[in-house]
Amino acid sequence: MILARAVCLLLFLFLAACGKDAPWNKAQGHGGSQFVTGSIGEPSNLIPILASDSSSSDISGLVYNGLVRYDKNLKLKGDLAESWEVSPDGLQITFHLRRGVKWHDGHDFTSRDVLYTYRVTVDPKTPTAYAEDFKQVQSAQAPDTYTFRVTYAKPFAPALASWGMPILPAHLLEGKDITKSPLSRNPVGTGPYIFKEWVPGQRLVLEANPKYWEGAPHLARYVYRIIPDNSTMYMELKAGGVDMMGLSPVQYQRQTTSKEFLARFNKYRYPASAYTYLGYNLRLPMFQDVQVRRAITCAINKEEIIQGVLLGMGQIAHGPYKPGTWAYKAKVDNDPAYDPARAKALLQEAGYRMGAGGILEKDGKPLSFTIMTNQGNDQRLKCAQIIQMRLKKVGIDVKIRVMEWASFLTNFIDKGKFEAVLLGWTISQDPDLYDVWHSSKTGPKELNFIHYLNPELDRLIVKGRGTFDLAKRRDCYYQVQEILAKDQPYTFLYVPDALPAVTSRIKGIEPAPAGIMHNFIKWYVD
Amino acid sequence: MANYLIKRILMLVPLLLGITLITFTVIHLAPGEPVEMQSAMSPKASAASRARLREFYGLDKPLHVQYGMWLSNLSRLDFGRSFAPDNRPVLDKIKERIPITISLNVIALILEFGLALPIGIMAAVHRDTLLDRAISVFVFVGFAVPTFWLALLCMYLFGVKLSWLPISGIHSLGSDQWSFFWRSADLARHLVLPIAIATFGSLAGLSRYMRSTMIEVLSQDYITTARAKGVRERVIIYRHALKNALLPVITLLGFSLPALIGGSVIFETIFSIPGMGQLFYQGVMARDYPLVMGILVIGACLTLIGNLLADLCYAVADPRIRHGRG
Repeated sequence: MILARAVCLLLFLFLAACGKDAPWNKAQGHGGSQFVTGSIGEPSNLIPILASDSSSSDISGLVYNGLVRYDKNLKLKGDLAESWEVSPDGLQITFHLRRGVKWHDGHDFTSRDVLYTYRVTVDPKTPTAYAEDFKQVQSAQAPDTYTFRVTYAKPFAPALASWGMPILPAHLLEGKDITKSPLSRNPVGTGPYIFKEWVPGQRLVLEANPKYWEGAPHLARYVYRIIPDNSTMYMELKAGGVDMMGLSPVQYQRQTTSKEFLARFNKYRYPASAYTYLGYNLRLPMFQDVQVRRAITCAINKEEIIQGVLLGMGQIAHGPYKPGTWAYKAKVDNDPAYDPARAKALLQEAGYRMGAGGILEKDGKPLSFTIMTNQGNDQRLKCAQIIQMRLKKVGIDVKIRVMEWASFLTNFIDKGKFEAVLLGWTISQDPDLYDVWHSSKTGPKELNFIHYLNPELDRLIVKGRGTFDLAKRRDCYYQVQEILAKDQPYTFLYVPDALPAVTSRIKGIEPAPAGIMHNFIKWYVD
Repeated sequence: MANYLIKRILMLVPLLLGITLITFTVIHLAPGEPVEMQSAMSPKASAASRARLREFYGLDKPLHVQYGMWLSNLSRLDFGRSFAPDNRPVLDKIKERIPITISLNVIALILEFGLALPIGIMAAVHRDTLLDRAISVFVFVGFAVPTFWLALLCMYLFGVKLSWLPISGIHSLGSDQWSFFWRSADLARHLVLPIAIATFGSLAGLSRYMRSTMIEVLSQDYITTARAKGVRERVIIYRHALKNALLPVITLLGFSLPALIGGSVIFETIFSIPGMGQLFYQGVMARDYPLVMGILVIGACLTLIGNLLADLCYAVADPRIRHGRG
């Protein structure tokens, strides 16, 4: 009986739902000046220094401001700082703060907020992963309400960019335990959008800040829906449930080419800030020989990988920088091109001779290694398979092993127990390479896990981060790219393209080197 | 009966302790730590900041000390704080998610039993006929087709092509301003696809089980006797056989209890339902130990209670069990 009643109720609700006057029919396409976007993950904490996931920073980026930020051409410009000057010796930076900026609760923004943000970040009791850049600071002062000054022990070029860190409201946090602050769920910032609500597991809603100092954003509401599955997100895009999503190469090239889709959406394409590489464990004798590493790079057809894995939606990587940025060297002289004959010759020179079974051998040992990569990234697996096929042709035997991320890191990368890895890095806006390439970073759990030691490279990296002169820095990084191309500690494979699709209802999007989100507050609905 | 009950309840305590000890050890043995999952491969996180985070979470203490602390908190019904950067109390996180998962699973469970039992009985009564085979094919399709694939097909058909049903989530945007009636209708609309697919996927197991127990009961001597005495077939099936055939099904119902809160990871992920399955999955992937332990303890309690209830039902139905003469 209960069952029958429940079924009847459901049926009734369902029939009612099909009615023409249902509110969702009216709200179809949700129109208006509301922008809905989707995310695989849910933000973890909206106090930016306590979170390191991209969802949290997506929201924080709209709610908070830093002192500086990157403009559409990836050049630093003032945000909460109107201007700044670096002392001639490069040791001191003085920021002149913007006047008249208000926190979302109406309080004035002052240098006290900046000083608090600095202090709480370097406080040993704060569980943050972002203290490193700020620890280089020797002293910080707020000489008056709208001036903030920091002094460094030695010139540190990435310092300027590090002040892009969102500034926190001192009047709400000072003297309290930041880890238990309600601001982690209800942030109060100075940014273009005001936090409205967070429905766990479902969505976050932001509303335009009418008093924003750059002018109120045109789109009145920003809705961030949590949709943990990519296929579901794609269906939601097609059904009008979200206004924007990043497409995969297959979706971009094959599934979104219908007239109907193109009438409803605009697709964009530009290089993402990331690259994929094949890294060698340089502790192993086999990879200590630069001829072998260069031979492997010669044997790999990067263009074929881009066509096969990314359907052409990417470009060849020659080094650790994004093409088109100021530190990127377009023509790297030492970079080995695809040339299987040259690969064979190099291996001959390195002392390898063809053995039984078509595998090269030296001192009775076959030239054979395993490429490890993480589970859940289909592109990397396909890439490894193409590399395996190409290397087989020059006589190198490659095995592939796919591992769950945590055990891959803990049991293999951290312990140095790997031969070659296929992984990717995000390219940071500042070209400093210290953490990944300096030889002091080869310890356990550090990022130079391939154990690349090169005193000349170390010198250039330190020199590059020690000057604010852009031309001098560029010169250092050009040389760095030549050294990496010559030594091939990684075979740099490709820089993929970012492929967002945005509903054509939204106007005012200006693709630029920084992507499309840089002028989000200027987007509008026709 | 009271003695039996007390004995069974007392036995639950060491059992629960054993379960927590094993799960605590196992999840700590798994490679990767919460700190690492948050900061691995990040140039921003130095060894010092990692050490700071480990200390903050108490991960620098030996395992047995961590377990002791966790257990003493648990004795005060404090499940601790999540290791995710939000650092919220585990119980708050669970409370937020539990209603939707329980309602969804209760409805699915009712539908599942409501459909599977008649299907199983029908298949048993019409054993080896065309109807039986057709039913077999139908339920096995549900069993064999991957759930996520079927879900995607239905989402595409009913959501994208026909625009009849919403694709994901449990509420439409802006529904908080609608009347209670429309909000309920909206919720029902959102639940149609997930419930239909959850039910379809699990029909096979239960209906086949019902079929086989029913066939077994129908071949017993007392049924043959009843038939020989000329009792009507309907009475034989629904009064004599069904009562006995349902007994083993009680056990299955008991086992379904923990699933009520565990939810299904696949469903909740595909349909973006903010339930316990999703929370548990996120917890495991982030190595959020207190959260994982919290959900596991509640799950273990429900499993034990489910088992106990099933045993009690048996004991009521069959006096030999409670007197220890099986």
